[in-house]
Amino acid sequence: MTDHAHIDEHRDDEGAKTGMWIFIFTELLLFGGLFIVYSIYRYLNPMAFHLAAEELDIFIGTANTVILLVSSMTIAMAVTSIQLKNKRLTLILMGITVCLALAFMVNKYFEWSGKISHGIFPGSEILHQSSQGEILFFGLYYAMTGLHALHIIIGVAFIAYVMWLVKTEDVKHDDYVILENSALYWHLVDLIWIFLFPLFYLIT
Amino acid sequence: MTETLKQTPTPSFLEYQGRFKGIFAWIFSTDHKRIGLLYLYSMLVFFSIAATLGLMMKLELIAPGRTIMGAQTYNSFFTLHGITMIFLIVVPGLPAVFGNFFLPILIGAKDVAFPKLNLFSWWIYIVGAFIALSSQFLGDGPPDTGWTFYAPYSFKTGTNMLPAVTGAFVLGFSSIATGINFIVTIHRLRAPGMKWMKMPLFPWALYGTAWIQVLATPIVGITLLMVVLERTLQIGFFDPALGGDPILYQHLFWIYSHPAVYIMILPAMGVISEIIPTFARKTIFGYTAIVVSTLAIAFVGYFVWGHHMFTSGMSGVALYTFSILTFLVAIPSAIKIFNWVATLHKASIDLQTPFLWALCFLFVFMIGGLSGMVLGALSANVHLHDTAFVVAHFHYIVFGGTGFAFFGALHYWFPKMFGRMYDKSWANIGLAIFFTGFNTLYLPMFYLGITGMPRRYYDYVERFHGPNIVSSMGAMLMISGLIILITNLVRSARHGAKAGKDPWKGKTLEWTVDSPPSLENFDEIPLVTQDPYDYD
Repeated sequence: MTDHAHIDEHRDDEGAKTGMWIFIFTELLLFGGLFIVYSIYRYLNPMAFHLAAEELDIFIGTANTVILLVSSMTIAMAVTSIQLKNKRLTLILMGITVCLALAFMVNKYFEWSGKISHGIFPGSEILHQSSQGEILFFGLYYAMTGLHALHIIIGVAFIAYVMWLVKTEDVKHDDYVILENSALYWHLVDLIWIFLFPLFYLIT
Repeated sequence: MTETLKQTPTPSFLEYQGRFKGIFAWIFSTDHKRIGLLYLYSMLVFFSIAATLGLMMKLELIAPGRTIMGAQTYNSFFTLHGITMIFLIVVPGLPAVFGNFFLPILIGAKDVAFPKLNLFSWWIYIVGAFIALSSQFLGDGPPDTGWTFYAPYSFKTGTNMLPAVTGAFVLGFSSIATGINFIVTIHRLRAPGMKWMKMPLFPWALYGTAWIQVLATPIVGITLLMVVLERTLQIGFFDPALGGDPILYQHLFWIYSHPAVYIMILPAMGVISEIIPTFARKTIFGYTAIVVSTLAIAFVGYFVWGHHMFTSGMSGVALYTFSILTFLVAIPSAIKIFNWVATLHKASIDLQTPFLWALCFLFVFMIGGLSGMVLGALSANVHLHDTAFVVAHFHYIVFGGTGFAFFGALHYWFPKMFGRMYDKSWANIGLAIFFTGFNTLYLPMFYLGITGMPRRYYDYVERFHGPNIVSSMGAMLMISGLIILITNLVRSARHGAKAGKDPWKGKTLEWTVDSPPSLENFDEIPLVTQDPYDYD
């Protein structure tokens, strides 16, 4: 009787991954809205966007790109190492991913605070004296990199949670779909940055 | 061993005792049926609030000048009425209540693919609802932009826009989570033998809807987020003073909000496709055509948003293109109407309450659809834009279409959900009053719109007085009908006669399980060998 009233433990890795892929697609569309706005305003204000982009520090942008690419690699390696039943290596690789993400955030902090100390932030006096195109460029810069940074934070929390599951062996070599999903999410965060980086730093 | 298990009676999902007691057994339950009912009860509360606001607006319009409220109150009433009805009731409505309850049963599954995510989306829904409704009580007065939050007014107005926009943003996540859940459920959990083309039509409609939810909602999400940032940080996305473009807001908003109309109507069409064959005792005519037209509506519905902006300023080519695409989307909708009517041809019809709802749906939906054609035509649109005609058209589609299908579904599946039958004669009386009131309320608004009465005005000139009186009387009649309907159902859920497994002699899988269903729906996952509406 008690057996009967018990919901079967349902497990469907394929379904879980399908769900994650669809969710990632919605995230791309979310940023897609901002990319549309960016491209329209860039088209309307080519000169101002060009000038404003030169204010950004390509060095920090490049460093952050490299950091995210490496972190994507380490999380992918973590997925492989759990399949090889190497729990210790998995945890180390995930730990590196989290550290790289934090390094990204530290860079971002210095970049943003540098801009803000120069009086360039939405609604500031200096920005309101610049051209409309520059106001829009920096508005979009803060909105898009800010939303991306929020995704980094969510990603770090997600990966840290999965690390704990690996530690308690709730995630192991024959049941690791949530680790795979966290890796997929992290690749998404990386992918979006790959688009943000040229749009703001490189096209001048 | 299986023999003995089959002998023991299984408790229904309503009686089942889990880890929690009382209300916690509901709000922490991951059972798709309980979650469906949670949505139903929450929507009932929100619906009574929003319907009351609607009635108050009609009372204000019963005479020219100030009757019971001033202009600002009227503005905030139609805003809250719109936000509540759209974001809290019609968009989630049928998928969240009947989709949750019946999708797994109709495809022969024990639950949805992600039960915890399912419960989580209800929680997001409640949180979003409270944020949205809190806009009424906090800050500097209730929002007054209408449910569309048009820029630049939405960040220029001094009223309390932030919670309203944030609430709508949060509700989007609930919609996306439900959409993902249903897509994966339909892909992964169909019972053995249920091939795609053996799936009942309500799951098909939910499948099309789920894709729109997933693909369109993020766009409005980011748009509303931009309004939030605009209001808090003055970024300038849509502010002409800072270089932004308010028309861009309208584009982004309608890229979601037009497909959202199909989120509202596709499941309604799915419900009608279930009800009609059951009471016609006949296989549905043109099953494949209905499936294809469902997907066609979901697809073409993406490319018609511009018809909301015919008067906002667009190039001539864009105007013609959007107008033609708008006419195109009428074709698959009409195909469905023909299929339903053809199903009735030479059928031995059983005139039960759900079937009467389906017939009323056909009537009001056709009026709504045809008036949509009038608005889709460029020249007529210029004349009718922002008049009461648009309000009438919209309510014929959304209230007449989705609302009638919702009540139809409620009367169709009520015996399965609660295991009891409602009083049929009271249900029919309620329907008759409701239907009469509905048409008395909205038909005069077509006339008012054509003769030039604008929408969203609390006052009007003397020559609009007559039709407005009729319309307001209709509103009161309709609300009386609603009260009868809901009272009858609430009373019957406790005191109605016991309903058997299959009170309507339906053929789909939900009629093979107990009423109300047991916790896991099926003792054994069924093997599907027949087509869904096999009456021969």
